[in-house]
Amino acid sequence: MARIAVDLNRCQGYAQCAFLAPEIFAMHGDEALLYDPEADGAPREKLDRAAAACPVQAVLVDAVEPDDAGTGAPDASAEGVSRAR
Amino acid sequence: MTQTLLHQILDYANRADPYPIYKELRKTPVHHEGDGPYVVSTYYEIRSLLHDPRISSDARNLASNAADPLASEAPAEESTLPPGFLKLDPPEHDRLRRMTNRPFGPPHSPHRVDGMRGELRDIVTGLIDSIGDPERIDLVEQFSYPFPVTVICRLLGIPREDEARFHVWADTLAASLDPDPDADTVGKGKDAQDARMQLGMYLAGLIEERRKNPGDDMLSQLATAKGDDGPMTTMELLSTAALLLIAGHETTVNLITNGMLTLLRNPDVLQRLRADPRLAVPIVEELLRFEPPVQLVPQRTTLADVEVRGVTIPKGAALWLVLASGNRDPRRFDDPDRFDPDRPDIQHLGLGSGIHSCFGAPLARLETQFALAELARRLENPRLLEDPPPYRQNAVLRGPRHLHLACDGIRP
Amino acid sequence: MPGDGSLEQLKRDGRIVVVGASLAGLRAAETLREKGFAGSLTMIGDEPCEPYDRPPLSKQVLLGRASADRTRLPRLRSVDATWRLGTPATGLDMAARRVRLADGDEVPYDRLLIATGVRARPWPNEAEAELDGVFALRTRDDSAALARRLDAGPERVLVIGGGFTGSEIASACRERGIPVTVTERGAAPLVGALGGVVGAVAAEMQREHGVDLRTGVMVTALEGDAAGRVRAAQLSDGSSVEADVVVVSLGALRNTEWLAGSGLGAGPRGIACDAGCRAFDIRGIVTDDIYAAGDVARSPHALFGYQFLSLEHWGNAVSQARIAAHNMLSESSDRLPHMEVPAFWSSQFGVNIKSVGIPSMGTEILISQGSLADHRFLGVYGYQGRVIGAVAFDHGRWLPFYQELIETTAPFPPPFTTVDRRPDGHRPLDADFPDPSVPTHGPTVTLSGYSPADRRMTFTPAH
Repeated sequence: MARIAVDLNRCQGYAQCAFLAPEIFAMHGDEALLYDPEADGAPREKLDRAAAACPVQAVLVDAVEPDDAGTGAPDASAEGVSRAR
Repeated sequence: MTQTLLHQILDYANRADPYPIYKELRKTPVHHEGDGPYVVSTYYEIRSLLHDPRISSDARNLASNAADPLASEAPAEESTLPPGFLKLDPPEHDRLRRMTNRPFGPPHSPHRVDGMRGELRDIVTGLIDSIGDPERIDLVEQFSYPFPVTVICRLLGIPREDEARFHVWADTLAASLDPDPDADTVGKGKDAQDARMQLGMYLAGLIEERRKNPGDDMLSQLATAKGDDGPMTTMELLSTAALLLIAGHETTVNLITNGMLTLLRNPDVLQRLRADPRLAVPIVEELLRFEPPVQLVPQRTTLADVEVRGVTIPKGAALWLVLASGNRDPRRFDDPDRFDPDRPDIQHLGLGSGIHSCFGAPLARLETQFALAELARRLENPRLLEDPPPYRQNAVLRGPRHLHLACDGIRP
Repeated sequence: MPGDGSLEQLKRDGRIVVVGASLAGLRAAETLREKGFAGSLTMIGDEPCEPYDRPPLSKQVLLGRASADRTRLPRLRSVDATWRLGTPATGLDMAARRVRLADGDEVPYDRLLIATGVRARPWPNEAEAELDGVFALRTRDDSAALARRLDAGPERVLVIGGGFTGSEIASACRERGIPVTVTERGAAPLVGALGGVVGAVAAEMQREHGVDLRTGVMVTALEGDAAGRVRAAQLSDGSSVEADVVVVSLGALRNTEWLAGSGLGAGPRGIACDAGCRAFDIRGIVTDDIYAAGDVARSPHALFGYQFLSLEHWGNAVSQARIAAHNMLSESSDRLPHMEVPAFWSSQFGVNIKSVGIPSMGTEILISQGSLADHRFLGVYGYQGRVIGAVAFDHGRWLPFYQELIETTAPFPPPFTTVDRRPDGHRPLDADFPDPSVPTHGPTVTLSGYSPADRRMTFTPAH
């Protein structure tokens, strides 16, 4: 599953992502963008298409697996896992 | 006699490779000769002006003495139709674009373009299937040209049985965009006018029909819209439909043709695309930088004196923004004359920027991605029969008139 | 020492500790690795989870379009760190260069980055804050708990505070058809950040969407039922509001208490640092091994008269993190100042609100494009004859132009016309910001004077 963050300071509402991967990105009104930050509703291929089409390159997608935190804080769900002790 | 840079851009002899002229042009980021337009050719300056609210797209703001060297090239405007949103400023622009977008894209129609993926693939497959003799292919006639016009027909909801007629009108209008100085311009002008008239009457009839029996297509939804902005008038609808047809068609033809031409000139990239169709995504972005289908934006003007890089562009001046030159600006892109789909951070100007950025961009992207990936996969050992190919006259909507290829066969 | 090889040694096998494992901390860590730091990196975070993104917590998550535990930040590169998550830092020994942790561990460092951010300002009455149904919204867990309660379909939600977060919460409630009341001490929502002219538009948007907006009032008490569930709130105008969910949205407190007594220039206003993110000690002397970034930092900004700014902005966290990381690994002559023009966004009631510069420094506003009545406009803020900020309601594509005006200290009012100039856009209006001595609920920017380590603040032990 990919992780996504959109730099909404950069975003100018061109909506290319919402056209190309509507399962993940949605316009809310004419200009505001909402997205699913850890989307598994669409194939990675569509996410990549959406991210590449952003005219201001505001869609940030994992470039690497979180290798290290994966051991220290696996999945980091509510169990409060910590590597401290 | 030495030609001005402006005339060199317009000179057909330079159509195949205008980039050395742009390079020359960038030495003076704001170029101005005689009573001609102010020509801006560097990336950051163009980008700024595309977001500058002192710049108007409405020709009524042009000073009456501003000369337009493209005037002879421009097709005769359909005087009875109001200007489309491409040539309007806010708030009219915003209202019409919003209304046009309502049945086309998010937030109201988020699945329209995504939902056409299957259809796009089918059209591409059908066109490649019917190519015929693999040793004599004209990619423009057999593929790049029919593909986008079919897509627009499906989008607007033109009945299948009328598509052929629609193609003829589109063809005639495209030809009028591209005056051939040796041809019979008067006769051509009349053809175009007739085509416009017939297309307008056809669409007016179809709109009437769709108002009574609306379907899921874009025209029906435009004709029956009940959004906050109210319905479009029939005149607005006609002018919008004409805009979608003309602006959306020719540009996509050129993008696809330029794409195949560029791939054939860069066989390593073509080979990679054949192995991995996902590469079509960055290829199309780099293509929009490298060979943009709209070379320059010629119809802007200033509402006030605007200073750019120390040059004051006076109020009411004609302004050209040479997108294709900005895309090759070495201050923004390393090694700009190299076609490199692995380039990071390709924020090209190929689809414009700001409020007038290309309306059909997502569709053009998908069409070109599917087209290039499929052509790369199915054409066996393709090669150019002519390089450079013959170009259309048009310096603004620049692209090959024909692209003659040969290949060893067509894969299934 | 420049040129003595110590920097090379630091890069090769130094120890860098980042306290604060959120946006700024993560981006700083990534930048350190990108710049070639090969030594040991320790990430300390008080929450037990990987770095996550907060903006979705008050938008997508409350709308039920995303899950609160699934907003983890994308990783732009491998950071190869030791993670001490769920273990807050509790103290700093500057002389010994050690960070003390809640579990008693001490972590030594050669360079320290503090990015501990802020937390939601709690409801001042502890007993009332303990009532079931009273929420704050800052963390992933806050958002998950509030989203669960909204899913259950409450009778009425009361949002205390009409700043950006409060307004976004109200917007999400209305979109889900939940009745909501907003109380705001100022004259309008967003008034602290954007002033009264724009605040009036925000108020109109709220009311048009069915928010019961009460301005100029404070909540004086929360009441619970016999089972300890909140049931009503008393307002300063003598009225009361029945609500089974109350969200306290009164801005933020900076997480600096753990630094009390350390000698660092840290206090309730944040950690004072220079334009290169190096923290000051309480004597006003800049340290060379301790840096601060993100919401917790306050630093001088060249564009705004070198006043110290605290910016609770996503973009600020990212850019300060990069600057701090770069400077940690640079000779003094290669260091970079943090110069990014402040910018933020909010979306509420279907409208995208974006801002550049510092509107709250402005005294006047000109509606240069569009119209307030349409809720689609561009407002330019002026201060002492120059452009100091701009705000866009569904007009974001024009903002880069206004950012250039701010960066070039262009004159105000702008002496030119623009497209879509309406009759009410010909003259500047009083921007109508509330008296700065009266705190409003709108967060974002705090101007905090010129002193690098404000004595009054830093010598006051943190409460």
